[in-house]
Amino acid sequence: MSGENPASTTEYIQHHLQNLVYGKLPAGFERHTENGLEVLGADTWTMAHGASEAAAMGFMAVHVDSMAWSIGLGVLFCWLFRRAAVRATTGVPSGMLNFIEMIVEFIDGSVKDSFHGRNKMVAPLALTIFVWIFLMNLMDLLPVDLVPKLMGLAGVGYQKIVPSTDPNITMGMALGVFILMIYYNIKIKGTGFIKELTMHPFNHWAFIPINLFMELVGLLAKPFSLGLRLFGNMYAGEMIFILIAMMFAAGAGTGLVFGGLNAQLFGAETNGAFWLVIFVLVCGVCWMNLKGKISTGRTVLLTLGLLTIGGGVFALGGGLMQWGWAIFHILVITLQAFIFMVLTIVYLSMAHEEDH
Amino acid sequence: MNINLTLFGQMVTFAIFVWFCMKFVWPVIIGAMEERQQKIADGLDAADRAMRDLEAAKNEATDQMKEAKQEAAGIVDQANKRANQIVDEAKQQAVAEGDRLKVAAEAEIEQEINRAKEELRSKVAGLALAGAEKILEASIDDKANRALVDKLATQL
Repeated sequence: MSGENPASTTEYIQHHLQNLVYGKLPAGFERHTENGLEVLGADTWTMAHGASEAAAMGFMAVHVDSMAWSIGLGVLFCWLFRRAAVRATTGVPSGMLNFIEMIVEFIDGSVKDSFHGRNKMVAPLALTIFVWIFLMNLMDLLPVDLVPKLMGLAGVGYQKIVPSTDPNITMGMALGVFILMIYYNIKIKGTGFIKELTMHPFNHWAFIPINLFMELVGLLAKPFSLGLRLFGNMYAGEMIFILIAMMFAAGAGTGLVFGGLNAQLFGAETNGAFWLVIFVLVCGVCWMNLKGKISTGRTVLLTLGLLTIGGGVFALGGGLMQWGWAIFHILVITLQAFIFMVLTIVYLSMAHEEDH
Repeated sequence: MNINLTLFGQMVTFAIFVWFCMKFVWPVIIGAMEERQQKIADGLDAADRAMRDLEAAKNEATDQMKEAKQEAAGIVDQANKRANQIVDEAKQQAVAEGDRLKVAAEAEIEQEINRAKEELRSKVAGLALAGAEKILEASIDDKANRALVDKLATQL
């Protein structure tokens, strides 16, 4: 929120990119606590306070926020679709059920298009991947500051609400798919899989090392391309939201009355509350206009006035950009979920086909 | 980019959700959808069949109507013919009757004439005799003259 000077800008970005981490601090780690410096006597499992502690935890750590949002959204997916499944009848479907069936039909079509083997797992897998990743990506459309700020008020220091901007999450899913690929490659092809790795593309024993190298690289590239593509796209999207939010904040700093009045009323740190008031007022004005209480001309004037007080035209510009990017991002999040799903189907389909 | 235990956490979660979806979501929804698809297909089939039946029934009705019309037209024709025939017959009968009546009348008239002639002849003989008697004023042998006069009368 406070994007007035470079230091706090960096801080703002770093704060946004820091997960909430629970992990093992190694023995001998020097911890900064309220009681001063504290040297840990033994390995300690604890919540990390800040990026340095999270970094010190290394591999033995869990991103609590990523896991929580990921599981929560997964449960939401299961709940929604289970409810639809329970209600599914052969009669006329309606409302939510229609929507769910549309998704199921879409997935079914995609699977039938590219997967020709016989496997009861691929379609549900594709459905889970598509909807779950879509939901995780969808969190990107929530205002970047909303949840972290609220969680901050509740005493939680860090919160990344888009699990798919966490490489652990995307790579976790990609590795899950990779394990399935290997499993079905071996199950369907047996020794043919080894032959595939060693005798392609040059079918001669002398080329085995070269073949093995090429095929292994090709094989290992699949989970990485799968996981990192999703991560990269979502991370970049999130980053742009953060940057626009900073611009928004910087623009707000130019508000006519903002600097003085806000500092007077709330102090520099709580300008979020000030914006909330402005936001509510603007919403109220628009609502009154919708209800026909005030004319459109007056509405525009009042809104502009409020914006001038609250954050100037830059803030409006920032808001519009945020909005525009969010609309564009709807495409990205759907597309990325779709690509992840399609590639999963294609990879599994390749694992099921004898001929390379 | 820090890879940590979250990776495995996500893998396990992923597996659980996929399992759940495979067990409790996908088969149920797809089953219901396929069943409904079947139902709709059957319904459409039935509708098609009904349409065809309707078409056939319509054709049949049209055919029957046509047949009935033809039949009716035939009957009317026949009736007309019969009527004409009856009228003709009646006409012929009437003409024949008229002819017969005419012939009878003519015969009667002839008869009448003959009788009148006969009567006149007989009367004429008497009159001639009376006249002759008057003229001669003498008694003439009635018997001898009668034969004469009768001979005269037949020559009339």
